[in-house]
Amino acid sequence: MFNMGRKSGRFGVGVAALVAVSALALTGCSSSGDSGDSGDAGGDAGSDVSIVMLPKNLGNPYFDTSTGGAEAAVAEFGGSFEEVGPTEASPTAQVPFIQTAAQQGASALIVSANDPEAICDALDEARDAGVKVVTFDSDTNPDCRDLFINQATAEGIAKIQVDLITEQIGDEGEIAVLSASANATNQNAWIEMMQAELDANHPNVELVEIAYGDDDDQTSFDKTAALLQTYPDLKGIVSPTTVGISAAARYLSTSEYKGEVALTGLGTPNQMREYVEDGTVTAFALWNPADLGYLAAYAAQALATGEITGAEGDTFEAGELGSYTVDADATVLLGEPYVFDADNIGDFDF
Amino acid sequence: MSTVTVLTQKPVRTYQAYQRPLWRRVLLTREMAIIALLAIVVASALMWVPNFDSPLTVTYLIREIAPILLIALPMTLIIVTEEIDLSVGSVVGLSSVVTGLLVQAGFPLPIAGVLAVITGMVAGVINGALVTFVGLPSLAVTIGTLALFRGIAVGLLGTTAISEFPEFWTDLARDNITGTPIPVIILPFIVLAIVFSVLLHFTPFGRSLYAIGLNKEAAAFSGINVAMTKFWLFVMSGSVAGFAGVYFTLLYNNARGDNATGMELQVIAAVLLGGVSIFGGRGAMHGVIAGVFLIGTLASALRLASVTSDIINVITGVLLILSVVSASLLAWVRTKRVSAIGRKKGRSGTEGDSA
Repeated sequence: MFNMGRKSGRFGVGVAALVAVSALALTGCSSSGDSGDSGDAGGDAGSDVSIVMLPKNLGNPYFDTSTGGAEAAVAEFGGSFEEVGPTEASPTAQVPFIQTAAQQGASALIVSANDPEAICDALDEARDAGVKVVTFDSDTNPDCRDLFINQATAEGIAKIQVDLITEQIGDEGEIAVLSASANATNQNAWIEMMQAELDANHPNVELVEIAYGDDDDQTSFDKTAALLQTYPDLKGIVSPTTVGISAAARYLSTSEYKGEVALTGLGTPNQMREYVEDGTVTAFALWNPADLGYLAAYAAQALATGEITGAEGDTFEAGELGSYTVDADATVLLGEPYVFDADNIGDFDF
Repeated sequence: MSTVTVLTQKPVRTYQAYQRPLWRRVLLTREMAIIALLAIVVASALMWVPNFDSPLTVTYLIREIAPILLIALPMTLIIVTEEIDLSVGSVVGLSSVVTGLLVQAGFPLPIAGVLAVITGMVAGVINGALVTFVGLPSLAVTIGTLALFRGIAVGLLGTTAISEFPEFWTDLARDNITGTPIPVIILPFIVLAIVFSVLLHFTPFGRSLYAIGLNKEAAAFSGINVAMTKFWLFVMSGSVAGFAGVYFTLLYNNARGDNATGMELQVIAAVLLGGVSIFGGRGAMHGVIAGVFLIGTLASALRLASVTSDIINVITGVLLILSVVSASLLAWVRTKRVSAIGRKKGRSGTEGDSA
C-alpha cells in the first residue's frame, strides 16, 4: 500500500510538471496569439500596411532611435508596426525573423543587414512570399532588396566636415586630420574628397598632417597630443571617426587648447554631449537615425501600396521630410549629414 | 502489487516488484512526457498562432533545427557518459571558415567539405586526447577549446565573410523534397539519427556508455575500455560538428568565423530537455530528438505570435529548469521507493532502474 502511494506520487510529480510546463506554453501562445490576430485584422482592413522592422540587434540606442522614427511614420500613415530582432548582431540570427515576417505575410520588412550576403536568400524567399524589403543603415547585395535608404554619401560626408571646420576656424590656417587606420577604405575616400574640396574652395586652409589613431581610444588620444605639440599654430582638427573625435575631445577638454583649437568630424551625440556642453566642440556631424527610420518606413509603405516599384526616378512623399526620388541601384538618399550642436544635442539619445 | 508475496520471493521477483509493467515503462517516461508536451505545443500553436499552419513553418523549422539536431546526436552519447563537449559551436565556426577558404582557393565544394569535416575530426581528436590520455575534465578542456577553435576561426578569416559558393550546393542545402515543404537535408539527418539511435540503444558499445555514466570504475572492471570509448565519442562529436559547419555555411551561403556562436548551449539545452541526465547514465535518443523539436517549435510559434526574443529565451530557460527539476524529483522519489522495498526485503540488490 505504501508502495502504491509512492508510485502514484511519482506519477503525480510527472503530471504536475507536465501541466505546469504546458500551461506556460499555452498562456504564452494564446495571449500573444490574440495580439497577432489583432495585428492581422489591422493589416487586412483597407489599405493598411503591416511593417516589420529588423535592426542589427535589439537594445542598441542607435537603432532604438531609428525604430522610434519609423514608428512615428507608421503612426502618421496608419498601419501596424512591429520591431523584432536578435539580441546579438549576428547575421544568421536575423534569418529566423525574416522568415517569420514572410510567414506572417507582412507588407514590408525594413532591415539593417549584419552581413551583405548571409541574409540574402532569406530575403529573396520573403520577397517571393510578397514582402517588400527595404534596407537601411547597412545594405545587402542590391539584388536581395527592393530599396536601400542611404544615410549619407561619401561626398556629403566630406563636404559637411570641410564646411564645419572652415567655418569654425574662420577659413584660414593649419588643420590636421585624425583618421582611423591608414588602410580604412571609406576614411581614405573621404579624406581625399576633403582635400579636393579644400584645394578648390578654401585656398587659405592648409591640411598639414593626416594622423592615424587606429580607431583605438588611447592611440587617438596620444595622436591628438602629438599633433598639438608638433604644430603650435594648428587651428583645427577633423576626425571622421566616432572613436577619434571623442578621444580628441577628451584630450582637448582638459588641455590649454580647449576653445582655442577647433574640433569637428563624425560623432554620436551621447559620446560628444559633455564636450559640446563644456565648449570644447561647437558642432559635429552624423546622420539622424530617427529621420533614417522615418524615411525607411515611408519608403516601405510606398512600395507596399504599389505607389513605387523601386525603379530609378520613382518619387514618393515622406511626411515632414518632403519628397524623395529613387536613384540608381534602387537607392534613396536621406540627404545632407545632420549637424549636431548645443541647440539640438539634447534631442538625441544614441 | 502484493507486498506479502514480495517478502518471500527470490531477488529476481523483488526486482520485478519495483519494475513497472511494460505499458507503464514505455508510456510513463520522461521521453514520453517530452513527446506529449511537443504534441501539446504543436496543437496549441495550430489552434492559436496565426500563420503557424503553413507549409513554410515546416520548411523553416527543419532548416533551423537541423544543425542542432545533428550535433545533439553525438552530444547525447557524450553526456550519457557524464562528459560534455562545449566546443561544438566553435568547431562549426572553424569548419565554416575552412570550407569558405578552400572554396575561395579554388577547391571543388565536395573536397572542401570533406576537408572541413576532417578539421572537425582533428578538433575532436584534440578534445578526446586531452580528456582521456591527459586525464583532464571535459568541462575544462572543452571550455578551453571553445575559445581556442573560435579564436583560430576568427583569426583565419578576420571579420570578413566568404559568400561565393556554388549554387548547386547552396540550393541543395535549402531545397525541399519535390512536392513537400520538407527540406532534402532531412534525409541524411534521418539516416544519422537512426545510426546514432541504434548505436546507443542496440549495441554493446551503446550499453557500455550507460555503464560508464553510472559508474566508470565498475565499467572499467567489467572490461570496458573507458578511455578509448570516450576518445571516440569526442572524435565523433568533432566530425559531426564539422559536417554541421559545412551545412551551416551552405544554408546561409556565408562562411564566417563567428558562425554558430553559442550553438553549444542550444544543443545541450535540447539534450537535457530530452531527458538525458547531466550526471550521466540516463537518457534516450527519441527524447533528445523530441527535445530539439520542442525548443525549435516553441521558438518558431512564439516568434510568429510576436513574442520578443528575450521573452522566448526566458520561456525556454524556464522550461529547461522545470524539466531538470522534475527529473531530480523523479529520481529522488525513485530512490526512496527502491530503498523502501529494500528495507522490507531486509536486504536487496543495488540495481538501479535502467529504463
